[in-house]
Amino acid sequence: MKLVIINYGSGNLHSVHKAFEAVNNNLENPYEIIVTNTPSEILKADKIVLPGVGAFQDCKNAIHKIDGLFESLKQVVIGEKKAFMGICVGMQLLAEKSLEFGECEGFGWIPGEVIKIEAPADYKIPHMGWNEVTFRNHELLNNISQNTDFYFVHSYYFRTQKNENCIATTKYPNPITAAVLKENIFGTQFHPEKSHNNGKQIITNFLEWEPS
Amino acid sequence: MLKKRIIPCLDVDRGRVVKGVNFVDLIDAGDPVEQAKIYNSEGADELCFLDITASSDDRETLFEVVKKTAENCFIPLTVGGGVRTIDDISRLLHHGADKVSINTAAVENIDLVAKAAKKYGSSTIVIAVDAKKNGDKSWNIFTHGGRKPTDIDALEYCIEVANLGAGEILLTSMDRDGTKIGFDNELLSTVSSSIDIPVIASGGVGNLEHFVEGVLKGGASALLAASIFHFGEYSIKDVKTYLAEQNIAVRI
Repeated sequence: MKLVIINYGSGNLHSVHKAFEAVNNNLENPYEIIVTNTPSEILKADKIVLPGVGAFQDCKNAIHKIDGLFESLKQVVIGEKKAFMGICVGMQLLAEKSLEFGECEGFGWIPGEVIKIEAPADYKIPHMGWNEVTFRNHELLNNISQNTDFYFVHSYYFRTQKNENCIATTKYPNPITAAVLKENIFGTQFHPEKSHNNGKQIITNFLEWEPS
Repeated sequence: MLKKRIIPCLDVDRGRVVKGVNFVDLIDAGDPVEQAKIYNSEGADELCFLDITASSDDRETLFEVVKKTAENCFIPLTVGGGVRTIDDISRLLHHGADKVSINTAAVENIDLVAKAAKKYGSSTIVIAVDAKKNGDKSWNIFTHGGRKPTDIDALEYCIEVANLGAGEILLTSMDRDGTKIGFDNELLSTVSSSIDIPVIASGGVGNLEHFVEGVLKGGASALLAASIFHFGEYSIKDVKTYLAEQNIAVRI
C-alpha cells in the first residue's frame, strides 16, 4: 500500500512526513510512504495526505503551478475515492472558496467557505496553541477523548455549509471547525503532526481507515 | 479554551546547550536533542532553540540538531538566531523547524518580515524583540544578541512588525533576562494590549508565581523559560500544575 504525501513546497511538509513515518513504523503492515509531486506517482496512491501552511491562495497557486498535480489528485480522490487527509490549509483547500486576501476558489470538494475567525477584541489572532476539540464519534477519532487538546495555528477557518461535514469543533470563543469529513475526504484544521501523542493517534486512525 | 503555552528554550552554541546570565557568562549544560526529548515527554507545549553560534562555519551543526529534534519531538519547534535571509528560513523549515524567529535581520531590513510572512505564512514567522527600559513605559530594542543598542521604540516596532504579518512576538526583557526576579510585566502588557498577535513572555522568570504574573499582569499568550527548567529547579509539570491551581488554562 502506498501513502503519498503531496510535496508542493509547503512549510510543514517535513514535520508531516516525519510524524507519518514515526506512526507508520509501528504498524503491523506499514505503508510505503512517498513524498512527491509527480502525477504518475500520485495516481498509484492508496492514500493521500495534503499538508499546507501559509496563505490559501499561495498554496492553491503552488499546487496549480505543478503540471498535472491537481488533475491527478482529483482523479484519485474524487474519481477513485481513495482516502484523503488535508491538514490546515490542506484542509481549507477542500472548500468552494476562501475569503483570505480577496476571494479565491478552492477545490470545491466539500461545500462551504473559508472565512476569517471572528472573536472578541481580547482574543489574539492567529488562533495559536492548544485548544480543546469535541467531535462526533467516528473511527477517525478512535481512542481520543472528548475535549482533548490539539495544536492549532490559523486566522481563517472552514465554515462548512452542511453540519454533517463538520465532525469536530473547537471554541475560540465561538465554534470553529476543527475537522471535516465527507465520504473518503478527511481534513483537520489542527496539526496532528504537532499534537504529540493525540496527534499521532489521529494519524494512526487515518492509516487504519477504510472509507466505505 | 485556548491554553497558555509553556515553552522551554534552549540556547545552542555549536550544537551544545548553554544558558547565559544577562547574555554573558555562558555555562555548557547538555545535548539539545536529549533535552528536547525530555521536555517533549514532560508536556512542553512547544520547544524553542536559540542558536548563538558566532561563526557561520559552525552553523551546520544547528541544522543537524534541528533535524534530529524534529524526528523525535512531535510538538512545534521554533528556531532562531542568525536568521538573516529567506534562504535561512527555508533551510530551517526544511530541516524540521515549524517556526523561525528573526531578530536583528528584521530590524535592519523590515521588508524581510513581510516577505517571510507572505512566503511561509504568518504563523511561521516569530519576531524576537530584545527590549531594555528607557524611561517610564518606554523601551528601546537591542540587536545582535543584545549587544547593540538602537533608538527604536519597542512598542512602535512591535506594532509595525505585527502589521507586516508577523505571527507572534517573542518579547525578551534585557533588564530581566537571567535575573530570576520575574518577567517585565509592564513591558509585556504594554505590547500585548497594543497588538492582536500573541506575545511570548521571556526573560526573568525565577519561580512559579512569575509564570502566573506573566499571564495575569503581562497578558502573555505563552511563557518562555530556559535556566529554570534546564537546571531542574522546576519541571514543566510543576509549572502547569501551579498555573492550573491558579485557574489558568494549561494543557495537562
